[in-house]
Amino acid sequence: MLTPKITLDTYYLEARRDLLEVASMLDRYDRSVEKVGEKAEDESRLTSLLEALALLSEKNHSQANRTEQLLVHFAKVS
Amino acid sequence: MAMSGVVAVCEPAFWAGFDRRSPETFIDYFAQISEFEPTRAAEFGIQHYCWVAVNPKEAENTELTQEVLRQMPEFLEKPTCLGVGETGLHKSTKNEIDSLEAHVEIAMKHDQLVLIHTPHLSDKAHGTKTVLEVLAGMNVNPDKIWIDHVEEQTIESVLDAGYWAGMTLYPVTKCSPRRAVDILEKYSTERLLVNSSADWGPSDPFTLQESVVEFRRRGHTLQEAVEIYHNNPCRFLGQNPKWDIKPITISEE
Repeated sequence: MLTPKITLDTYYLEARRDLLEVASMLDRYDRSVEKVGEKAEDESRLTSLLEALALLSEKNHSQANRTEQLLVHFAKVS
Repeated sequence: MAMSGVVAVCEPAFWAGFDRRSPETFIDYFAQISEFEPTRAAEFGIQHYCWVAVNPKEAENTELTQEVLRQMPEFLEKPTCLGVGETGLHKSTKNEIDSLEAHVEIAMKHDQLVLIHTPHLSDKAHGTKTVLEVLAGMNVNPDKIWIDHVEEQTIESVLDAGYWAGMTLYPVTKCSPRRAVDILEKYSTERLLVNSSADWGPSDPFTLQESVVEFRRRGHTLQEAVEIYHNNPCRFLGQNPKWDIKPITISEE
């Protein structure tokens, strides 16, 4: 297993890239809503993503199982 | 690359992965990218052009920079050299700024195009602002300047100042294929350039094709894609008569 420092050094930029992709997808949705003039009929997928981000930002993850929690969370959305 | 529609590549003088120690190394490198590489690319049906400069990462060596700059004009005369680049900023130090000014001065004196690098990651906004301040204090023609590596937080200031704004796509560290399309959809595309890279860090020339496919997936027409990914580079680079690839129009039967 990598040390904490090497873990951050190795994966920070990729995680940064992935978060930027999520941010840009949410911006894309907002711009589309603005252009079309209405939201998607079913926004449950959007809500699910925002809830997932909230889950990630919680500070206490003593079991280091964020991925498992997200998979359980996403399973609620079709 | 040729099989996917690439008709030309433009190789800016780049950091080699290590800091070069002598001007002669640069001169040999300029000879390589202006003499040998066009021949090699032609074998694969691709036109090869180059730019010459001391990369910002090596501009801290002021003695080396001055000597390379002294010898650089002869390479601007090469039949495939499009201009001065990439100059710009890496850590936005005084030496880098001095080097940027000297490069732009030479370019304007010789009526050349300029390709300007802006810093990565944490210094992006500050470095881009500094580049714009440096240019604002000089007598430059914005039509001839391509400021590269714009992202969401810097593109407006570059376009507002009248320069061409470039998005060099990368798989991890800079603008991604999808985010580039978001930017294309958000801003006027008249002065936007999209390209990809193959360099010393994680890079993937085919991020360009990914971006084209993403652009088309979002419903934009083939001609709109051609305007951005082919014709805009032709319009900017075509200001140098050595660039002989013309904008094209897709005709429908």
